Amino acid sequence: MLEQQLVNGLTLGVIYALIAVGYTMVYGVIELINFAHGEIYMFGAFFCTTFIGAMGVPFYLAIILAMAAASLMGVLIEYVAYKPLRSSHRLAVLITAIGMSIFLQNLAMIIWGSRPRPFIQEAVPAYLSETAVRLGDVTLTWLHVFIFAVTFSMMIGLNLIINRTKIGTAMRALAQNRTAAQLMGINVNAVISFTFALGSSLGAMAGILVAVYYNSMYPTMGYVAGVKAFAAAVLGGIGSVPGAMLGGIVLGVAEALGAGYVSSLYRDGVAYAVMIAVIIFRPSGILGKAVVDKA
Amino acid sequence: MLELRDIHTYYGAIHALKGVTLTVREGEIVTLIGANGAGKSTTLMTISGVTPAREGSVTFQGRDITRQSTDKTVAMGLTQVPEGRMIFPALTVRENLLMGAYLRNRRDDLGKDENYVYELFPVLKERRRQPGGTLSGGEQQMLAIGRAIMARPRMLLLDEPSLGLAPIVVENIFAVIKRINEEGTTVLLVEQNAQMALQTAHRGYVLATGEVILEGSSQELITNPSVRAAYLGLD
Repeated sequence: MLEQQLVNGLTLGVIYALIAVGYTMVYGVIELINFAHGEIYMFGAFFCTTFIGAMGVPFYLAIILAMAAASLMGVLIEYVAYKPLRSSHRLAVLITAIGMSIFLQNLAMIIWGSRPRPFIQEAVPAYLSETAVRLGDVTLTWLHVFIFAVTFSMMIGLNLIINRTKIGTAMRALAQNRTAAQLMGINVNAVISFTFALGSSLGAMAGILVAVYYNSMYPTMGYVAGVKAFAAAVLGGIGSVPGAMLGGIVLGVAEALGAGYVSSLYRDGVAYAVMIAVIIFRPSGILGKAVVDKA
Repeated sequence: MLELRDIHTYYGAIHALKGVTLTVREGEIVTLIGANGAGKSTTLMTISGVTPAREGSVTFQGRDITRQSTDKTVAMGLTQVPEGRMIFPALTVRENLLMGAYLRNRRDDLGKDENYVYELFPVLKERRRQPGGTLSGGEQQMLAIGRAIMARPRMLLLDEPSLGLAPIVVENIFAVIKRINEEGTTVLLVEQNAQMALQTAHRGYVLATGEVILEGSSQELITNPSVRAAYLGLD
């Protein structure tokens, strides 16, 4: 029982982590909590089923195309909604992000309807639901293996991009001092666009994984997932990429254990309780540095 | 090489530069001196395109760069070392230097330039794997200058390189400024330390409340009675 809960929690946790890094990276470069990020996650799932359902694209290719489409969408949102407010008060951008989130939810309802719909099961390779490993009472399907493999390789890839490439170093430089980055000749707009593209593609992947895992998707699915991933990012220390990864996993496990041992009704409550506790006792998060509020 | 003609720059409603005109010729060290708030840093930020001018024109190597984006100006060979050094504290010394070379061609031999910076400032070599934020103030200033050199600029804008540093470190930094100038880099040097600046520069401008009030060769400025009284603290 405990082991199976841990597996469920970890599965959920790595997915939260995937969404949370998108929040934390954007916060790092433009100090904005991008509330529309949850909607990118939702659009990722819908893009994927649309590619499969309407165009007959194979499952794995559809995932890649959906990530690309979501990247483009993330870049577009930043360009249209946030960039014009770059020198405005932070609150103006924050409110815009909330508005963008509501707009995108409603846009999805107009396009795909408001009712939950299943993922297109016929498109999902059958072996994913077969058992991969059985250890005592714990069963791991190939879908679990797929989720872990995808999320871990993406986390490693992301770390390599951020720490080893020129554009990744430019992202970190921009997060530390925008004026200095500009004076080095770094095209600030291009780096911000790149950050949105990167975060959005990971968010879309998370949405697809969740839609396949639970076999369900709906236009408001990004709200709760977004809030939880945000909680994970805060837990890990907003602005810290390793922190967001860790925060996602901790939150997923805490939630699964809470649901398993207390009551499944408290599943969401656990996430909020964790977030409140972090804000009260360690506002800078597990791996975050104490920062002065610049608002 | 660089020409500012009747520059007006505003911060919101604040009229920070009120018609600044100045020229820097190739190979010169020109200094811009003046009190706090005179508009020295604003002048440099206007040249770099961080706070573009509302009126007037900035020309660099015959091209109008008044409203050009900073990355294009840096690509033309005009790099700034900003006030307060603004190094990237969480990046290593080496990563800081590589960010200075951000627009350089991938195939360029950056190792050669890196070694040149280490030759100018040997302490940076020892510290190359350390985060920039762990360096002392003087070392950070060296890193800021080294980082700008990595861009291989034709012209350097230096904003108060002596600020808050011990006299011996200031001597060291000014010696390096002289050396890179002798090796072909034109320099526009903003300083509150007028004594040091006028000893190093060929010519100078005195800025007060957003306007150029005096200009001349360093020798003329050093002997000018009002400069001596107001900026050099001499009779």
